[in-house]
Amino acid sequence: MMKSSALSRRTLLKTASALPLTLAAPAVLRAGGEPLKVGVYGGYFQDSFDSFVYPEFTKATGIEIESIAVPTGEAWLIQLQQAARAKRAPADVSMMATVSIMRGMRTGLWAPLDETAMPNVSNILPTLINRYDDDGLAAVGAVSWYVTVATNTDVFPQPIESWAELWEPKYEDSLGLLALVSNSYLLEITAKTFFGGTDYLSSDETIREVLAKVAELKPNTRLWYRDEAQFEQALKSGEIPIGQYYHDVTGLAAADGFPVRSNFPKEGGLRESGNWGVARVSDKIDQAQVFIDYMSQPSVQAMLARNLGTAPNVARESMDLTDEEFAAVSSDIEPVIPRYDLHFERTDWLNQIWAEMLQA
Amino acid sequence: MIQSRPRTPLGYLPILLPAFALIAFYIVPFGSMVGMSFFHNLGGGAYEEVFTLENYARLVSPFFLSVLGTSFEVAFLVALFAIVIGFPFTYLLVNARRGTQVFWLIVMLSVLSLSEAIIGFAWSTLLSRTAGIGVLFEALGLTEKAQSYAPSLGAVLAGVTYIAMPYAVLLLYPILSRIEPDIEQASRTLGASPLRAFFNVIVPMHRTPIVVSFVMIFVFTLGSYLLPQILGRPTNWTLSVVISDQALLQSNMPFAAALSIFLMTVTILLVLLVTLINRKGAKA
Repeated sequence: MMKSSALSRRTLLKTASALPLTLAAPAVLRAGGEPLKVGVYGGYFQDSFDSFVYPEFTKATGIEIESIAVPTGEAWLIQLQQAARAKRAPADVSMMATVSIMRGMRTGLWAPLDETAMPNVSNILPTLINRYDDDGLAAVGAVSWYVTVATNTDVFPQPIESWAELWEPKYEDSLGLLALVSNSYLLEITAKTFFGGTDYLSSDETIREVLAKVAELKPNTRLWYRDEAQFEQALKSGEIPIGQYYHDVTGLAAADGFPVRSNFPKEGGLRESGNWGVARVSDKIDQAQVFIDYMSQPSVQAMLARNLGTAPNVARESMDLTDEEFAAVSSDIEPVIPRYDLHFERTDWLNQIWAEMLQA
Repeated sequence: MIQSRPRTPLGYLPILLPAFALIAFYIVPFGSMVGMSFFHNLGGGAYEEVFTLENYARLVSPFFLSVLGTSFEVAFLVALFAIVIGFPFTYLLVNARRGTQVFWLIVMLSVLSLSEAIIGFAWSTLLSRTAGIGVLFEALGLTEKAQSYAPSLGAVLAGVTYIAMPYAVLLLYPILSRIEPDIEQASRTLGASPLRAFFNVIVPMHRTPIVVSFVMIFVFTLGSYLLPQILGRPTNWTLSVVISDQALLQSNMPFAAALSIFLMTVTILLVLLVTLINRKGAKA
């Protein structure tokens, strides 16, 4: 959800300067039919999709795309739900955070999709597929990204090998961590690191036990950030030399010459995803399925990894990414996956115990 | 001033527009917020329009009371600093040359044009170990090693006071500029030093404007949510930070509405109390 602002700015400038301007030409209405409306996060994501994805898609399928900027957070879900009541679809296909997909599923916002019409969806990792209770396909993984331990190498030259190192007293008052239970996913990271896995978060007692372990990070944490720019700037300058941050953005900063490194801990980086959902009220479900099928091809996933810096949602062997290209966006280490089910079902309770832990 | 009631209904016409604006842009949105605070949250920005007290039940807890305490602590200290710095500053300003006055008023007004985000980032850089006064203090030998002064309560107070200062000056300027110069001269003739004249004559004379300005800055500061996030640690996050988290990040509108009404009610009670005490003090 926070991804678009994380990636915008410099990353955008970097990619934008590299593209031929002709690719950025707006989609032209095809005679006789309206274009398929596709919504992705405004800013970096939308600009990249406008440049790299939509023109190629139209060339391959003949389906025109109207690009829609989608706000981050849950605002777009609210707008889609209100529009659905009026039988309107402000976008036919939308990229949504997993918890938002689940909320939409509860109200039946997403059209059940036909898997036989989308053979390439079988490439997508099974954890990135959301189904209705009656087995109908509700959403398909679009893109993923990693959060790892970012360090300033001037201050801490040695690589970080485990999330557990964040708890070491030598990092007193040095960490930058995301401020919310629903974007730091520190419960999951801590459960995987110290309690054998995220399955440990199974009851109120065990969640509180893991939370108490997270609370031990407080003396080490200088900044609990909501705004990525604030931490990124502090990380680059060494003001806050270590913390959790986006793998790809850290890599780009390192490539720009800043003394920073993204460290993949042995417990795995935190992997988050955006998903494609199709509005049930859309009258272009067939075209939407063509789009999702196209996006699920290994070659397109590899292209996204190269041009957008997103982690591919398909098996590594199925793509032609070099080791270097793969390492820039992903890792073979089993990732930490957020317990989206928990965040969906216990939103208010998790938020409350987290705030009490942090602000006490 | 001559005041008389309009003789015909038509005479009320001029106040219809402001009355309509007040209802449309203030009372209706506020009423919908009050209504919202009694709805049941479904998550993801959805809510059920049924009457429930659960949002108010949730906020009556030691946790939210302590966050409210943080809000009042920050607002009280900021209002105090803004008046303690702003009052003498404004007093000197009204007695300064015209050109000096215009210069400082422009400086104060231009602070108001800055976005809070910019001010927050500027202060966090200024108070940093790597690029701010930490480096300066080390160079001057005041500290052994460069230190960082943000995030901290001090940083929040510095940032919010910086924003509140222009309001303090703009509130006090018109009042202080009406002081007769004779008053200070008279107290000086009677043997008071300039400082004594200021503290024993000028300040007590302006007791009510000082209290009113203090209360206005206090209330204004209670709404500050961005600077405590950027410049503060979690223990310095105010109730407004929690409200913005609930509304913008958790999409729990009913609870955000209940928290807002809670903050507003307590604030109104506090303002009434201060006004009452001030009135009694003025009579005594």
